[in-house]
Amino acid sequence: MSLSESLRSVTSGARSVSRLGEALGKQSRSVRWSFGAICILALYLLPWWPNVPVLGWIVETPGTSFPSVLTDQVVIFVLVALGLNVVVGLAGLLDLGYVGFYAVGAYTVAILSSQHANLPWLLCMPIAVLVSMLAGVILGTPTLRLRGDYLAIVTLGFGEIIRITANNMHWLGDSRGISKIATPPSIGPLKFTVLDAKPYFFLGLTTILIVIFLLRRLENSRVGRSWNAIREDEDAAELMGVDTFKFKLWAFAIGAAIGGLAGSLYAGKVQFINPSNFPLQLSILFLAAVVLGGAGNMWGAVVGGALVAWMPERFRGFADKRVFVFGVALVLVMVFRPQGLIPRKIRKERWLESWKPSTETALGHKE
Amino acid sequence: MRDWLIYRTFWDLTVTGVALGSIYALVALGYTLVYGVLRLINFAHSEIFMIGTFASLITATNVLGLPMLEAGQYPYRTGFQLVLILLACLLGSMVLSGAGAVALERAAYRPLRGSGDQFGAVVLAFVSAFVVGLIFFDTPKSNLIFGIIGTGPIAWMYLNIFRRGRQAPRLAFLISAIGASTAITEAVAIWGPRDREQYQTPRVLEKKTLFKLFGTDIRIDYVIVIIGALLMMTALLLFVNRTRLGRGVRAVAQDVETAKILGVNVDFVILITFLLGGVMAGGAAMMFTLVYDQSKFNIGFLLGVKSFTAAVLGGIGNLKGALLGGLVLGLSENYGSALFGGQWKDVIAFVLLLVVLMFRPTGLLGESLAKARV
Repeated sequence: MSLSESLRSVTSGARSVSRLGEALGKQSRSVRWSFGAICILALYLLPWWPNVPVLGWIVETPGTSFPSVLTDQVVIFVLVALGLNVVVGLAGLLDLGYVGFYAVGAYTVAILSSQHANLPWLLCMPIAVLVSMLAGVILGTPTLRLRGDYLAIVTLGFGEIIRITANNMHWLGDSRGISKIATPPSIGPLKFTVLDAKPYFFLGLTTILIVIFLLRRLENSRVGRSWNAIREDEDAAELMGVDTFKFKLWAFAIGAAIGGLAGSLYAGKVQFINPSNFPLQLSILFLAAVVLGGAGNMWGAVVGGALVAWMPERFRGFADKRVFVFGVALVLVMVFRPQGLIPRKIRKERWLESWKPSTETALGHKE
Repeated sequence: MRDWLIYRTFWDLTVTGVALGSIYALVALGYTLVYGVLRLINFAHSEIFMIGTFASLITATNVLGLPMLEAGQYPYRTGFQLVLILLACLLGSMVLSGAGAVALERAAYRPLRGSGDQFGAVVLAFVSAFVVGLIFFDTPKSNLIFGIIGTGPIAWMYLNIFRRGRQAPRLAFLISAIGASTAITEAVAIWGPRDREQYQTPRVLEKKTLFKLFGTDIRIDYVIVIIGALLMMTALLLFVNRTRLGRGVRAVAQDVETAKILGVNVDFVILITFLLGGVMAGGAAMMFTLVYDQSKFNIGFLLGVKSFTAAVLGGIGNLKGALLGGLVLGLSENYGSALFGGQWKDVIAFVLLLVVLMFRPTGLLGESLAKARV
């Protein structure tokens, strides 16, 4: 099977998923709820998937234990992609320094639970979310008045500043990093230890589900509609009375908070962080996850995050060539499916419009 | 005492800062040109620079046969021979970087604009076939053969998809650029003879002091870099401002639709823009190897980010802004690392950018490729 064929099968798979969604939408409420429940149950059983005959061969990650790939990579990437999707996909703000918020979250937990205090993880986590939210507001207030591409480079700079500061300040553990970070407290049979990654996965998955629920509520609210308006045309939104700056700042802060949440989960899992865990390239991978899945579509972000995290582990057989393959795959997906694997609904209509040869947007932008 | 350090070394820092700034400026021109015309952050431009440094290395060692060391000494050359070698290296990097930029445009960006052509289809098809080949074969040679065989049918299929002429959203371009950048870097890291190690380039120019200025040695390589960069930039400005094609570039930057109606071949103009950016990056790459005598697969990334910062600092889309931004960035980085310590160098660059953008939201000189003729 050639790569393009597999690409096509992936895209048709995405199409059939959306078709399935439409079919489900027509069913009665009880059918929909039970389908959802089965899906969620299947997700909670994810760590055992490699033991299922055919499915196992598809999802297995040779060379690394599957549950730890789930917790260290997939959960984090999905969460981060959800957060970045608010900023990039919903509000249309290009953020290339998202790793900065992720690092702020992780470092807050590390400082409060190991370096300078001995607070339990459960207390550190909300503080970390608040601190990264604050970081989002602090970064956003001066920069959100800038136009799109300037924002990209400024946020990129922010990500670097956070990393370099952590690298050079003794107070932040400099380049040696911070170890002995507190783990989440054990709940009944769920013991958060180094040996077993599954409890972390359950915790992460639950967090993701809660975040998805909250974001869905937000997306369909006045805030979500304002983001939509800002993304489509900022000037028009402003004219219609949308306080664009306020809502952009909200998007930034909420995105940052979710990034910080992911960071605190990560810190609680690995228990040791140092600045090299937060390179600039990670920001770019995060953005790739969002756009690969389909910017503006939450399910797209989930799929994109999971794919970007899982694919390099699945194809360990390629050994050192996997990053190269990943780069090529990014280009090919963008060339043949520029809206991402699961495009947003509204965009889909516009996309159909532009299917007929149009001269309107010859260069992919309109001034 | 760090404050004393900057007093004692002020002129030293100035000279190296200007030289470094010239290299930033040359690379920044590529970002600014493409941004001015396409409103696209050409993320893979840093890789074009990286290709340039390797082209310079290949020209020096493989084509001209220069050794790394000659009887324990650097292979210094003098006079006419030296000039010829340097020019050959410059030509090599410019050609390869320019070609790389053009290939990048046609394979990774043009299909997204909905006007993909045979060339892009063939490049993409070859890369796809090559990647598939990685599954079955382990030696680079058999991969290559498999890639070449697979190119034909896949290219035909891609071309059929291109005919639909779909227009992608802006973010897609950025991701495509990031993908291309990753693929190019990794390809060099995997299949280069020294993998991820650092490469040395033969040092043919003896770096002696030309003259003293304010008690500082002015080394010959810095002089070459500064003068070379100025010459290249002047040539670019003349091209954009005085030639017919340059007028086309400005027209497309100003208004694509009107330019198209007036008969400007937009795709060709974009190609020229990428070519110009690539050639400038190639020149910068050769000068970089001249000063630092080294290259590495990931050498482009940080330099690219800095150069893009320089372009934004000066006002993106503004050619003179790129020059100013490059110089300001190079100088402030040097002074800053003397003041606060070298580890804060990158922070200084970004804080400076933040401060400038807060007070001048479109950069120091404003954005105006369209109005480049002043």
